[in-house]
Amino acid sequence: MPEVTTAQEAGTEVEVGLTVNGVPRRMRVEPRKTLCDALRDDLRLTGTHVGCEHGVCGACTVQVDGESVRSCLMFAVQAQGTEVVTIEGLADTDGELAPVQRAFREFHGLQCGFCTPGFIMSVTAFLRDNPDPTEEELRDGLSGNLCRCTGYQGIIKAARSAAAEIRQQQTDSPWDQEGPWNEH
Amino acid sequence: MKAAPFGYHVPESIDEAVSLLGSYSGEAKVLAGGQSLVPMLALRLSRPEQLVDINRVPELSEVRRDNGTLVVGATTRHVSLMHDPLIAESVPLLAKAAPHIGHFQIRNRGTMGGSTAHADSAAELPAVARALDAEFEVRGPNGTRRIPAEEFFVTTFVTTLEPDEMVVAVRFPIWAPEAGFAVSEVARRHGDFALAGAVAGVEIDDGRISRAAIALIGMGSIPVRAEAAERELTGARVDGLDLAALGRLAVSETDPPADVHAGTRYRTKVGATTVERALAEAIKEASNA
Repeated sequence: MPEVTTAQEAGTEVEVGLTVNGVPRRMRVEPRKTLCDALRDDLRLTGTHVGCEHGVCGACTVQVDGESVRSCLMFAVQAQGTEVVTIEGLADTDGELAPVQRAFREFHGLQCGFCTPGFIMSVTAFLRDNPDPTEEELRDGLSGNLCRCTGYQGIIKAARSAAAEIRQQQTDSPWDQEGPWNEH
Repeated sequence: MKAAPFGYHVPESIDEAVSLLGSYSGEAKVLAGGQSLVPMLALRLSRPEQLVDINRVPELSEVRRDNGTLVVGATTRHVSLMHDPLIAESVPLLAKAAPHIGHFQIRNRGTMGGSTAHADSAAELPAVARALDAEFEVRGPNGTRRIPAEEFFVTTFVTTLEPDEMVVAVRFPIWAPEAGFAVSEVARRHGDFALAGAVAGVEIDDGRISRAAIALIGMGSIPVRAEAAERELTGARVDGLDLAALGRLAVSETDPPADVHAGTRYRTKVGATTVERALAEAIKEASNA
């Protein structure tokens, strides 16, 4: 169990150690700082967007220990010892986009782009767990993210296309099914 | 908005958590999954001086059977309600209610203890607890006590938990394996809090309803039990049931809130319809068992 710092006095900063996109990181934050704010302000990973800040819009979606979560509803201090993946961690180290990212570009799954990191993180985790969703399951899986440009049709098309590609990849390499962000 | 400053504590046992709550005498709040509390902190609807984060207390996430009861630890996440075979087999209504809770990102964090202690009558788990006569296992400075769901919910966001007490587990009675259960809701958008909804459970013996439980979602300040409809159902032959009338009876004594999404009359009608649908599905499942 990783050691977690306690801050008895309000306003005291605490030390947090976590892994972000495979890289060990440390930061000092107030306990009230949300994970999304810490990612952006302290670790300068500004790909995670902050929209509503109360768990409605999904723009701040990241993965914590493999699970898709809203990073505005977690305090950074709670991420002590976890492995976090943000939108910056999806592409290969040589910059090649992950299947979900490619599909969003190809199928016009973004307009202004503000909601896009959250959508891509949600779709990535959703398709990892269910690479062959029904239409209803897919729409259900997308329902936790809001696009204020209302570009949902393109987003659904992109997700469907990414699903097909992920299924194809899994058929090609059945022993490597951990996720589309793996290096092949 | 950002949360106001607070002190932060990470106990590793229930005893440590309870002693922290006691030492801050009412100024500390328990942080479980955070899917309701953190928005309230961000909007500054709640400004506790101290937070006691119970996510690293291993014993709180245990799920086990105990003598006809399913004991669900307070930090059991909604996603586990959907996928844990022991839960699905013992208390199928929990597995059926869980997919209605928020979105999958919310279900990855939100917890049994958090959702019930938050006591929002529009939420699913308080209604399931009320329908099944669950008991809240609560730990405080004076030890453990059990609070029946009937006495637990007081009004919106208010329970009979003392400020220095915490929910340790929720205990659900296990029904007969051939019982039928269903959840029916109407929401504006998928994943939104329902405008109105109902959870139902029935057991059928020799063509007659031998046991019935109905609780309403979002139809009052607490999850409401439809006792008149339950009485009408119990002992009745399945063939001759007028489910629409039972739905109307179930909501007849409620006074649901009006808001921008739905007025009281509309909510009452929707509530009756969800009772009718939940009963139809639960009866069908019990008949096929």
